[in-house]
Amino acid sequence: MAPANNPAMVEHTRETIQVDGCAIEVLRGGSGPGLLFLHGAGGASDWAPYMDRLAERFEIAVPSHPGFGRSDTPGWLDSMSDLAYFYLDAFEALGLDGVHVVGNSLGGWLACEIAVRSTGRMRSLTLVGAAGIPVDGVPMGDIFLWSPEDRVRNVYHDRSLAEARLARNPSEEEADIALKNYFTTSRLAWSPRFCNPDLPKWLHRIRIPTMILWGAEDRVFPPAYGEAYAASIPGSHLRIVPECGHLPHQEKTEAFIDAVAAIAEEAAP
Amino acid sequence: MKFFFFHLMPYAHLDLDYDKTYPGAYLTLPNSYYDPKKGAPLYHRYLDELELADRLGFDGVCVNEHHQTAYGMMPAPNLLAGALTRSVKNATICVLGRALPITDNPISIAEEFAMLDNLAEGRFIAGFVRGLGTEYHASMANPSFSHARFHEAHDLIVRAWTETGPFAFDGRHYRYQYVNLWPRPYQTPHPPIWIPSQGSRETYEWAAHPDRKYTYLITFNPAEAVKRNLDAYARQCETYGYQCSPGQLGWALPIYVAETDEIANREAANHIEVFFNKFINSPAEYKLPPGYSSMASYKYVMETKFKVREQFLTHETLTGNGMFVCGSPETVTEILARRFDEMSYGNLVCMLQFGTLPRELTEKSMTLFADQVMPKLRHLGEATPAPRAAASVAG
Repeated sequence: MAPANNPAMVEHTRETIQVDGCAIEVLRGGSGPGLLFLHGAGGASDWAPYMDRLAERFEIAVPSHPGFGRSDTPGWLDSMSDLAYFYLDAFEALGLDGVHVVGNSLGGWLACEIAVRSTGRMRSLTLVGAAGIPVDGVPMGDIFLWSPEDRVRNVYHDRSLAEARLARNPSEEEADIALKNYFTTSRLAWSPRFCNPDLPKWLHRIRIPTMILWGAEDRVFPPAYGEAYAASIPGSHLRIVPECGHLPHQEKTEAFIDAVAAIAEEAAP
Repeated sequence: MKFFFFHLMPYAHLDLDYDKTYPGAYLTLPNSYYDPKKGAPLYHRYLDELELADRLGFDGVCVNEHHQTAYGMMPAPNLLAGALTRSVKNATICVLGRALPITDNPISIAEEFAMLDNLAEGRFIAGFVRGLGTEYHASMANPSFSHARFHEAHDLIVRAWTETGPFAFDGRHYRYQYVNLWPRPYQTPHPPIWIPSQGSRETYEWAAHPDRKYTYLITFNPAEAVKRNLDAYARQCETYGYQCSPGQLGWALPIYVAETDEIANREAANHIEVFFNKFINSPAEYKLPPGYSSMASYKYVMETKFKVREQFLTHETLTGNGMFVCGSPETVTEILARRFDEMSYGNLVCMLQFGTLPRELTEKSMTLFADQVMPKLRHLGEATPAPRAAASVAG
């Protein structure tokens, strides 16, 4: 465990753990109830401002999924089902129990795949612009056809955020990680596109407090996807964040923190 | 040398201003751009051209598969190959090829190819490809499993052609309780297999293997890249301990022949530029979905080949780098003979119709090629394998 050296950020660590013969990198920081953040297609290989904010209230763990970031790409990784079973083992290895789970986009889909198998180690669930279910008649954005620039522009509502990110010149390692994330996302989500058609049949098994947070201007998965999740998960709450795209934790961090805190409170023992 | 007449069957009536509104001729170009009243006669014209090639003495006539594009109107090339079995009397009918990974039932390809082989009484060549990147967008087949599915589907098809059924096939992507092909192929053990390729190590290592020795066909590349790829295949044969025969090597490219160089350049320039800049053109994300290639080759292709394709390719550029051969019969003969000395390809796959090239010019070019170019080149590679410039294969 090496402490990171940016003094402006909450103290956090970057560690590598072995699960099922696969080394994954985990960012950890903060104190309070345990929280597991499951990243989306873009990965979460470096500490980010929204993690700072989460770490003020929670002891957070942000793993890079197998095939993402600096984690291994195991030969067995073919599907979201593989990833879900991997995480059921990873809960144990990470020492996570009674944990609040937050998943964005692909990570939200992953959270649901884990939860329909078992919520045994989860206290609450927050889905943020989650992939995972089909909504007939509401096309999703096609990240595989968008140019790299459009992939950035289409996930933010605030154009200036997109332009600021595009203006950053990624290091070679960052560019390689982005490509690796893109390839693994394709492997897991190309077809059926970003969904498991069987998942809606089993979402009723999620009987823990659940928050569904959605950007009103999400162009990847329009808010109808959030509404469909809300209709399928008993007792869940749906919050639509105005003037916000696909990444509320980045674009509207306050609303994101409020939503996670609210569901954590509802789930408090 | 053997000569094959290859047709892409482009939708030649395409409104060429489409690219003011849409990024390419594939996938998202609305099919309102296709007018069946114009497309139907075009199919018949193109079939006429394939039949003419047979009468002119070409060794083979070739069709191929593309989906949801104006680039080629053959989502189902076997339909057209089937039609040709009734009219093509001497030439071998070649489907170059079917895209194996994008289908969920490769047995249907084994069956249709076996039918074609029967209908043509053995005058049939089976081509297997992975398909362009856009085919993965069009079919929703996961590009990440493209290589694995290609190899598995190939193994399944060859076993279906050669083993007495029924047998079970236990693959990762394809599993069958009963494989029992009716009809069996006409040829024994099975139709010749060709592998059209853009040139990747994995493909030539596999195709050159002594168990396969599949004809390796390099398409639409600058002559230098064609040579590099064919040399790599030939060296691979040496590594496997045998000598590559010219019949294992093929080069596919557009060619235009007219009375003089001046006439040829004048008549072909616009049509070849339309072909390379309007019909082939599409954004990188259409052509190279993530997982279709390794990450290393993805980075390489994005940096090199696609940068070239972003420029407007002029007639001069295309003839200069050898992607297009154009001129009088003498000029075309001279260029192709010189290239033979460098590459020892035994199969020349000639795309004598391209883009918007109209019927009259296509037929003129085909006839001049058959009458005045083919006879002068036919002897090449017939006796013993020619010495390879770079691969130092013994003659």
